[in-house]
Amino acid sequence: MTDHTAAGPSSAGRTVLAVVAWLWVLIPFLYGVYSLVLKIPALF
Amino acid sequence: MAGGFFDRSAIVAPPGWSRWLVPPAALAVHLGIGQAYAWSVLKTGLSQGLGLSGTATALPFQLAIVMLGLSAAIVGTTVERRGPRWAMAVSTACFAAGFLISAGGIALDQYWLVVVGYGGVGGIGLGIGYISPVSTLIKWFVDRPGMATGIAIMGFGGGALIASPVESALLGAFGRTPGGLASTFAVMGVAYAIFMSLGWLLIRVPPEGWRPPGAPAESEDPAQQGPAVSVSKAVRLPQFWFLWIVLCFNVTAGIGILERADGIFRDFFRTTTAEQQLAAAAAAFVAILSLANMLGRFVWSSTSDLVGRKNIYRVYLGLGALLYLAILTLGEGNKVIFLIASLLILSFYGAGFATVPAYLKDLFGTYQVGAIHGRLLTAWSAAGVLGPLIVNAIVDASDAEGPAKYTTSFIIMTGLLAVGFVANELIRPVDPKHYVSDAERAAPEGSAAAEERRQGASR
Repeated sequence: MTDHTAAGPSSAGRTVLAVVAWLWVLIPFLYGVYSLVLKIPALF
Repeated sequence: MAGGFFDRSAIVAPPGWSRWLVPPAALAVHLGIGQAYAWSVLKTGLSQGLGLSGTATALPFQLAIVMLGLSAAIVGTTVERRGPRWAMAVSTACFAAGFLISAGGIALDQYWLVVVGYGGVGGIGLGIGYISPVSTLIKWFVDRPGMATGIAIMGFGGGALIASPVESALLGAFGRTPGGLASTFAVMGVAYAIFMSLGWLLIRVPPEGWRPPGAPAESEDPAQQGPAVSVSKAVRLPQFWFLWIVLCFNVTAGIGILERADGIFRDFFRTTTAEQQLAAAAAAFVAILSLANMLGRFVWSSTSDLVGRKNIYRVYLGLGALLYLAILTLGEGNKVIFLIASLLILSFYGAGFATVPAYLKDLFGTYQVGAIHGRLLTAWSAAGVLGPLIVNAIVDASDAEGPAKYTTSFIIMTGLLAVGFVANELIRPVDPKHYVSDAERAAPEGSAAAEERRQGASR
């Protein structure tokens, strides 16, 4: 994930930060998509 | 001290900072403010709980969209100068305060506070939040600007997917009474304040001169560095106004289907679908349109990085016009053609929003792209008036039954898309004589050098 410059001593912390940050937005987003997809079969 | 924390200079990324931490910061804000598209759930609750008319309960949303366009246009330059942390924090505070003021208004039986709170204060949060991450994302992903802004603006489309079931659950738990509604708004305000705060805590701007890995180093010669046009100059150039027409008419065409999606489906399939299945199928059609709107933002905007901005808008506008004609001529009772055409039109609608920041960057450079984007969003406000007007006024005035009701409005939409197509063809690269001076280019808005230059000029 780190593609900026050489990772410093806190690179492990930054990896954790990246995982938490992405989960923070992806979990509610995927919940929303899942709730939406459940409605679609009624169309067919 | 507080000012320092929110300043651009406080969020310059340290060595080792991954640019992939920027999209979740942008998504936290856009997924939050995207709740606006789920207003219909709260609208129904307000209508039932407070006994208000449809017109009255539509007011907070309508004002919010107007405020979105106005605040993005007016505050865009300040956002560019103060930086994304300041903008995201203001957006979070305004958006959450909008809910809390509304909760107070419901509890005190003062509905005007809901209009002013959600629509006025919350609407300012929408506008500032919408443009807040755009120029930062483009600077971090200068090699893939369409993909980067596509991720964020997909979040705006996806915000309603999260809010809609959550709002239904809260209204179910608290009840559709004034007390229950006030509690729902209060919980939403607190939840969004927490959720969106990831954005302003995490956002970082790249150090001056930073380039993505593998990208060629920026030329020392300003003439070779590409466009750099100020916002004051950009709005006086035809390129800006041609793009304004492109965005406005592309959005208007999308609203043509979105605005009456449920009714359109019922009218096209009333004769071929059993009455008891029609309501559920129409609701599913609205849901699948939301999915197309959201996915189009990411997929087509990312594709524009490969095929070019002008070419992708040729598809949105040219193919979009043909698809409208296909629905009119072949759509009745033909679910395959109807669905493919309407899903593509909605995906182009969403993609039009997501691709436009990268188009602006191509034309005017990254110099003040956030502020220029803010000005361009007035096209959205105009489309928000134009689209419903064309669809509702014409369809309601028609005596025809079934799909024939939509003939006139769909032909108008086709014509608007054709005009947008021509406007896109007329867009040419900006003449370098309009670029900012080399000194201004070397000291972009908000940088320490720009501050020094500003202070020097005032001495």
